[in-house]
Amino acid sequence: MKRWLPWTIAGALLVALPFVYNAPYPLHIMVVILIWSFAYTSWSIMGRFGLVSLGHGGFMGIGAYVTALLWNHAGMSPWLSIPMALLASATIAILVAYPCFRFRITGHYFALVTLALSGIVLQVITATRDHTGGSLGYTPERHQGGSSIYALQFIDKETWYLIALGVWAAGIVIWYRVERSMMRYALEAISEDEDAAAAAGVHVTWEKLKVTVLSAMMTALAGALYCQYQMFISPDTVSGISISLQMVFAVVVGGIYVSLGPTIGAIITILLAEVLRISFGTAAVGYDNLVYGVLLVLFIIFLPKGILGGLMEARARPQAATAAQPKASRA
Amino acid sequence: MDSIFDIYLLEALLNGILLGGVLALLGLGLNLVFGVIDVVWICYAELIMLGMYGMYYLHSVYHLPLVVAGALSIAIVGALGVVLHLVVIQPLLGTAPINQLLATGGVLFFLQSAATVLFGIEFKNLGLRLPVIELSGMFVSYARLLAFGAALIGMVLVYLFLAKTYTGIAIRAIAQDRQIMGLMGVDTRRIYLITSAVGGALAGLAACLLVLQYDVHPFVGLSFGPIIFMICVLGGLGNIVGGFVAAFIFAEIITVGGLYLDLEWGYVFAFVFFVVMMFIRPEGLLARRA
Repeated sequence: MKRWLPWTIAGALLVALPFVYNAPYPLHIMVVILIWSFAYTSWSIMGRFGLVSLGHGGFMGIGAYVTALLWNHAGMSPWLSIPMALLASATIAILVAYPCFRFRITGHYFALVTLALSGIVLQVITATRDHTGGSLGYTPERHQGGSSIYALQFIDKETWYLIALGVWAAGIVIWYRVERSMMRYALEAISEDEDAAAAAGVHVTWEKLKVTVLSAMMTALAGALYCQYQMFISPDTVSGISISLQMVFAVVVGGIYVSLGPTIGAIITILLAEVLRISFGTAAVGYDNLVYGVLLVLFIIFLPKGILGGLMEARARPQAATAAQPKASRA
Repeated sequence: MDSIFDIYLLEALLNGILLGGVLALLGLGLNLVFGVIDVVWICYAELIMLGMYGMYYLHSVYHLPLVVAGALSIAIVGALGVVLHLVVIQPLLGTAPINQLLATGGVLFFLQSAATVLFGIEFKNLGLRLPVIELSGMFVSYARLLAFGAALIGMVLVYLFLAKTYTGIAIRAIAQDRQIMGLMGVDTRRIYLITSAVGGALAGLAACLLVLQYDVHPFVGLSFGPIIFMICVLGGLGNIVGGFVAAFIFAEIITVGGLYLDLEWGYVFAFVFFVVMMFIRPEGLLARRA
């Protein structure tokens, strides 16, 4: 009971927030942070086991473009097209990841093969410019009347805030489900030593494939949500290598091994970009990535567990030391 | 009708070979660094981008002759390779390889935005008008021919360096067995620095050749970066001959695929080919089956 209390209060505060304070701009930033936090969490679900994918920009692009294209060309409601986008993303994930795992492509090689996937999605979107608008971007058509549950389009930001909050919370719940599953032990064993894990009876390919498909589908959902919220997508904002690297970057900064690490990463990176944009205006074009780049290098060298991970470790260390003693004396 | 079609195909094949030479040179530096230091420089294409800017500023702004500007650019990017190794790679040598890859990813962001801030986002070019050569009905640009020739010379020089000099032999030996070479009296740190310098200089040479044909802008690296990585992986990371073969296969797929459809489809075919090949020959094209 006591353990749940802080979470319940924090959840209630987050839900109540837009009704107490609903200035459009901060609310917009919060929605964007929540959507990206969900995307980063999706990446970290597999990234924390050493499965460093640079193909998640591809999955996000699939999610966004499949949803928008089915709406504009086939008039399909996002309630139907989003599951189809998730299915498409899962299929692509299996097509690429299964042979990778079967033939034991790991580490560098896995990162580079998935990098090719990001590239393929970006190039396909650009090449089919007659249907997707190419690099100029693409806009899902507004449903008549603006807000509509059928079209999953809402004019007001409060609704979007609640949707994004719900999806983000679901992402955190999934993170904990993975954390407490047998899959986590299997995947940790695999990331330490594949042969030893296989010898201990872990089905290496199957375990890796499960987590990859889960992560790919969540990322596609993030892409679809981004598309529905922003009502504008372009290959550069939802797919490609820079988006893939951006995911890795935010997760590393926030903390790859802790549940809220990706969220902290999203808050830091998005706020940093916004602050730079507001204080320097167009003169600051490029400055945010300049700071990101330096931070990423510094973090990997000096704080590989990320901000939140590093803080929690620093807090846990003295506690663990003092907690061990009473237990020992009681025994 | 048939004969015209064939001429186009031949022209595409020829252009593919010329492009292949440049791609092989692009992959060579990255391959060398990977083979010796066991690090993937994700920011390799961004080093090339800086070299292209170097050429642009030295030639178009400071009006140095092309050859001098080229030599200076090669030296500058070579020095950048050394700085990259000292500042980013060296502190991470003992950690998981993926950390080094991600750290150079940070360098990629940094270099892209540094270029945006310093040079602006406008497309820039040398403004050279190199002639187009006609070869029995086929048209080949002089810049491409020049790039192909220079790429071949560069590769032969690197080959001679690796095969004939003491340092080159030490570099190849380290690529084969990292631990033992320290015991054999080779200064591993010095070899790593030399390799980084050579890898950077090769990026500089590639930059000099690319800037003859293409505009330079801060994000130009993203357009050919993925291709370079795929060439190296397809050839087998660290396998220089494999990378060479892969470069020509890729170039042919891109130019011939681009002939029948848009250029992007050429890239898509090349990427798909890459993914399929990874499953057939995961250790690279020329790897011997264990």
